[in-house]
Amino acid sequence: MEFKIANKAKTVTLALIVIGAVFMGVGIAMNAGHGHHFTTRLLVASLSNVFFYFSIGLGALFFLALQYATETGWYASVKRVIEGVAGFLPYGIGLLVLLLAVVSAMDGAHIYTWMDADVVAHDKLIQGKQAYLNLPFFWIRTVAYLAIYFIFWRGFRKRSIEEDRIGGTDLHFKNYKKGALFLVFFAVFSSTSSWDWIMSIDVHWFSTLFGWYTFAGMWVSTMVVLVMLVLYLKKLGYLEKVNDSHIHDLGKWTFATSFLWSYLWFSQFMLIWYANIPEEVTYYVNRIENFKILYFGMFVINFAFPMLILMSRDAKRNSGILTFVGLIILAGHWVDVYIMFAGGSLGALAEIGLLEIGLGLLLGGAFIRIILTNLTKAPLMPVNHPFLDESLHHEI
Amino acid sequence: MADKVFYAMYDDDDVLKDGAKKLVSKGVKVSEVFSPFPIHGIDPIIGVKNTRLGIMAFIYGLTGLTLATIGMRYFMIEDWPMNVGGKPNFTYMDNILAFIPISFEFTVLCAAHGMAITYFLRNKTLPGMPAQNPDPRTTDDRFVIELRASDNSKFSSDELEKMIRETGIVELDQKSI
Repeated sequence: MEFKIANKAKTVTLALIVIGAVFMGVGIAMNAGHGHHFTTRLLVASLSNVFFYFSIGLGALFFLALQYATETGWYASVKRVIEGVAGFLPYGIGLLVLLLAVVSAMDGAHIYTWMDADVVAHDKLIQGKQAYLNLPFFWIRTVAYLAIYFIFWRGFRKRSIEEDRIGGTDLHFKNYKKGALFLVFFAVFSSTSSWDWIMSIDVHWFSTLFGWYTFAGMWVSTMVVLVMLVLYLKKLGYLEKVNDSHIHDLGKWTFATSFLWSYLWFSQFMLIWYANIPEEVTYYVNRIENFKILYFGMFVINFAFPMLILMSRDAKRNSGILTFVGLIILAGHWVDVYIMFAGGSLGALAEIGLLEIGLGLLLGGAFIRIILTNLTKAPLMPVNHPFLDESLHHEI
Repeated sequence: MADKVFYAMYDDDDVLKDGAKKLVSKGVKVSEVFSPFPIHGIDPIIGVKNTRLGIMAFIYGLTGLTLATIGMRYFMIEDWPMNVGGKPNFTYMDNILAFIPISFEFTVLCAAHGMAITYFLRNKTLPGMPAQNPDPRTTDDRFVIELRASDNSKFSSDELEKMIRETGIVELDQKSI
C-alpha cells in the first residue's frame, strides 16, 4: 500500500520545526553577546544534534546490512521502514560535512583543540598524536567513511526497489554479500569515526571501548525510532501484515541494545574508576564535576527504564508502553550525545538551554518529515523479498 | 476407580495440531501431548497454562543478588577490609562498583541453576527418573496425544475412539490404569 503523509503529521513536523526555530532564535538572542564562547556553544549544540540524528540514520543502515548479512526472515515486512530511516543518511552526511568544515576553518573553534596550531605548539601530548590527528588525514578519513556509507546506502536502496520489479534470488545474494562487506567496513569505521569526531574532543584522553559505546548508543536510538515508527504506521492502518510478533521482536531489540549500551557505559566507567590513572580519570572527573545529575541521571534513565518496564513479554507487545519508554530513552540518549560533545569542549560552561533544545526540536521535525517523505517513495511492503512469506507468518 | 487412557499416535506434528484442534472443538479434553520437540502453538490449543518459571527465575535471581551482597560485604568490608586502588573501604557503598560484576554473575548463576533444577523437578525429569512418555518412539519421530476417559465422562469410550480415528492417526493404543 502506498503511504501518504497524514495532514496531522505535516502539521506536527512543521510545528516542531517552527517551535525549534523560535526556541533557537530566542536562545541565540539571549546569548549572542558572549563572543567566542557563544560560537563554541552554538557549534557544540549543532554538532551534537546533527550527530544524534545522523547516527540514527546510520544505525538503520547498519541494521539493514545486518539483516542482509544474516539472511534474516522476520524483518522483511518492516524492511521499508528501516530503509526510510536509513534514508536520512544523505541529509545527515551533508549537515555533518558542513559543520565539520566550519569547525575546521575556525581552527577547531575550541572544540577540537588539536586543530589549533597554537595549542598544539605548547602541548606535548597532542604533538605525539599528530601522526593521526591532523587536518588532512582527518578529512581523508571523514570523507572515506561518509562516502562509503553513502555508496552502500544507495546500493541497498536501488536493489531493494529493483527487487520489487524483477524478484528472484540474484539480488538477494548480492545484498547478502554487500551486507557482509558493509559490516566489515562498519566494524572499523564505527570505532575510528567516533574517535575522530567525538573522542578527539577530549584530546588528551582515550578509551579503547569508546567506539563500541558510541555505536551501542546509536543502535538503541535506531531501534527506538524503528519501533515507534512501525507503531505509528500500524496505528494509521498501514503495514496490516505486521503482527504482534514483529513488534515484540523490535521491542526485544530495544531491550537488548539498551543493555548493550548500559553494559559498555558501566565497563568503561568501572575500569577507569578501578585503575584510577590520572590521565584516564580526567574524563569522568570533568563529567562528575560539571554534569553530575545529567550524566548519572541519563545513565539511570537509559538503563533502568527499559530494564524494568520492557522486561515482560506483554510490555514488549504494548504500543503505549513501547512509545512511552521509547520517547524517554530517546531523550536520554540525546543527553548522552550532548554530554559526549559538550563535556570536553565547554565543560563547566555547558548548559542545556533553549538553544540546544530548540535545535534538537528543529532537526527532529525535519528528521521525521524526511523519513515520512522517504516512506512515500516506495510501497511499504516489499513484494518480492525471498523471505517475505516467512515474515508474514512470523509467530513467536 | 479404573481409568481408561487413549494414546493416539501421529507421524506429523501439524496433523497432531489439527487433530487436537478438532477434538477440543468437540469438547474433548486433551490431557497431554508427547513430542520429540516443542510443537509451536500447541499450548493454547490444549489449554496449557502459561509457565510460571519466569516468576521463579526472578525470585532465584533476587536470592543470588542478596547472597552475593551479604557475602561480599562480609568478606571484603567486615572480615578483611579490601584495598581497592587505595579507595576508602569503610562501607560497602564506597566500593560498590567493584562488587557489581560479581553481584551480576551470581544473580545469573542462581537464576539459571534454579530455573534448570525447578524445570527438571516440575517435569519429573531429573537424571535417573523413570520416563513418563507412553512410547519410546515419541522421542524419535512420533507424536502422541493422551486422552483420559475420566476427563471426558460425557463421551463413551466408543465415541472417543471414533472421534480420535477421524483425526489422521497412525496408531491407537488403550490402557486401563
